Amino acid sequence: MDSLRTVKRAVGAIAGLTMLAGPALAGDLTFWTWRQEDRAQYAQLFADFNRTNPGINIRFEAYEPQNYQTIVSTALAAGRGPDVIHVRAYGGLEQFARAGYLMPLDNQTVPELANFTAEALASETLRSDNRVYAVPFASQTLGVFYNRDIFQRLNLQPPQTWEQFIAACRAIKAANLVPVANGTATAWMTEVLTSVFTGSFLGPQFAADVVAGRATFEDPRYVAALGKMLELRECLPNGFTGVDYPTSQQLFLSGRAAMFAGGSFEISNFRRQNANLPMEFIAPPAPAAGQPGLVSLFFDGGYAINARTGNRDDALKLVRFMATPEFGNRLTALLGNISPIRGVQVQDPMLARVAQLNQNSWPYIMAVYFRYDSPTGSELLQGAVQRMMAGNATPQQVGTEITQGIARYYQPFQRRGG
Amino acid sequence: MSRWSLRLWIAFLILPAAAVMVVFVVVPIVTALAYSLYAWHGSARAGFVGLDNFRVVLTEQPYAGWTLRAFWHNVIVFVSLMLAQNGTAFFIAYGLLKTLPGHRFHQVAVFLPVILSTVIIGALWKLLLNPIFGLVNNGLTAIGLGSLAQPWLGQESTALGSLIFVNAWHWVGFPALLFLAGMQRIPKEVLEAARLDGAGDGVLMRRIIWPLVAPAATIAVLLMFIGSFNWFELPYVMTGLDGSPGGATDVLGLYFYRTAFGGVTSGLQDFGRGSALAVLMFLFIIAVSILFTRMLRRREIEV
Repeated sequence: MDSLRTVKRAVGAIAGLTMLAGPALAGDLTFWTWRQEDRAQYAQLFADFNRTNPGINIRFEAYEPQNYQTIVSTALAAGRGPDVIHVRAYGGLEQFARAGYLMPLDNQTVPELANFTAEALASETLRSDNRVYAVPFASQTLGVFYNRDIFQRLNLQPPQTWEQFIAACRAIKAANLVPVANGTATAWMTEVLTSVFTGSFLGPQFAADVVAGRATFEDPRYVAALGKMLELRECLPNGFTGVDYPTSQQLFLSGRAAMFAGGSFEISNFRRQNANLPMEFIAPPAPAAGQPGLVSLFFDGGYAINARTGNRDDALKLVRFMATPEFGNRLTALLGNISPIRGVQVQDPMLARVAQLNQNSWPYIMAVYFRYDSPTGSELLQGAVQRMMAGNATPQQVGTEITQGIARYYQPFQRRGG
Repeated sequence: MSRWSLRLWIAFLILPAAAVMVVFVVVPIVTALAYSLYAWHGSARAGFVGLDNFRVVLTEQPYAGWTLRAFWHNVIVFVSLMLAQNGTAFFIAYGLLKTLPGHRFHQVAVFLPVILSTVIIGALWKLLLNPIFGLVNNGLTAIGLGSLAQPWLGQESTALGSLIFVNAWHWVGFPALLFLAGMQRIPKEVLEAARLDGAGDGVLMRRIIWPLVAPAATIAVLLMFIGSFNWFELPYVMTGLDGSPGGATDVLGLYFYRTAFGGVTSGLQDFGRGSALAVLMFLFIIAVSILFTRMLRRREIEV
């Protein structure tokens, strides 16, 4: 197809002109990210790097998050792009790695890979060749924020079991406050909400069974856990089906809501918006006393090297640096994200609590396992749970819809007649 | 001027426009068609698969269901907007034509939202319809109609309707202007003669004005059709790329974008299926547009 080639060339030329004027010179590295807001912090991280590696100039270039994947893949397809790339994890990584755009990393080239847990490395591993393509940069934890003042004022303890949680919701509601700020109008937050409140009922065993092909989402455990979501409805704001993400955030930040189900990535954002907010982060309620409440855990992305970099040695130096505990410590302190590097000391008390909660976790299941192929588990879950919460689908129907959608590419679900 | 220099002159005048047309219209369409015949790994092209992408989006679940749902929503949008937007516009135009008191003010007021960007209108109405902070629900509660307050954008039963209402509110001034221009072109003698023969407003509108504004109606219907099937900005701003809640506001534009460029959560791209959807949309819109034009032109009368 000549037209195809022409268009590709044109796209490449445009991408080249607008994004990167000329190839990097030796001693120069370009770093691309979607985190525009972290520019100052990265300047400090790179200054650390330059202390031991002088003479390597790193240019920080950020692109808008919504179109980041498209921008990077277009540039990489045209044989351009930066030397070091901030990549997403799981399916987001696979898009680039499978196309051969990224340089595989191993214990020879990056001995620091030993600093990571298997789960962290799995988030940046291509499933087809089992090779690692990026150094993981942060873990994210989904759990429950609560407002300490409201709980104290109403003489409530932070709930540990589902029963206590529902009782707390009722007490908060009686005080004319919103118990849980979340709504279901924003699709991706609906998935967060679902993972937070079903996690303790499902646990890592359910996730392991799904991955091993021993269970589907029609499993009685999953259907029962979704049933808990229906009980949750009395804790959500009036008209929660129309409450979107920013509205929930505002409800919690303004003290009109006592709890908010969300990710550790909110911490720095919440502090920026309301420095005096008396917030705490806890695990979601457990099924019963004596059982653990489980947070949801996933890895957020990593640092990869462009397979066609003109400056492989310096790029490797940078990525190796990004896998050291020194870097992890600094990143955790500067960005408020928990670095998954072993031996990282978390100074911030709230982040330290999050890191501790990570000991009792289950995977953010759709992100970790079912965002590689279409239809993604996430898009299936989000729409179906939105309908369930509005009363237009049963937990059983949701389970069937998710299972049948995933069965399109996931063999264990086909065998079970999903 | 010789014939050759005249031809050269014409070519010189046409060429820039033609070049722009080719680069920005013809090439993308041809490219999309080519893209739709390949398998894609994200944005990297893999092997030739013929019409397989079309088969998937039209027959394989869950895609076929999503395609049909989005298409059906576009149909609802088109039909409802024909009534709510073009219908209202026709009556507004008639009201303006009659130069009732205050018609100058109304002429401006009706057209004012049209000049605002869809993003602003969408964000504004999203706030107005917010179930907690929104003026609509709080207003209803304040006047004792709290029972009517509901999460307008969060219910499958009201979400699409709310978007259609906002779209009509935003754009009604445009067809109104088209119709008004069409009505003003009708010779005064015709209207006066009809009035002398004892025709009331109803007869006048049905027998004289409606047939004579046919050319304007053709344009209004056609633009409405194309606009309805390419609908994207307003649902994108108000209910998001996923067509929340539960796909109740999913339309072909959103569905195409998610498929080709990735959704909010996964960013999983498939240019093949996306291009197949784009080609199907294009073919459908062009076929029906031609049909509409033929049908509607037939009822146009010259005066």
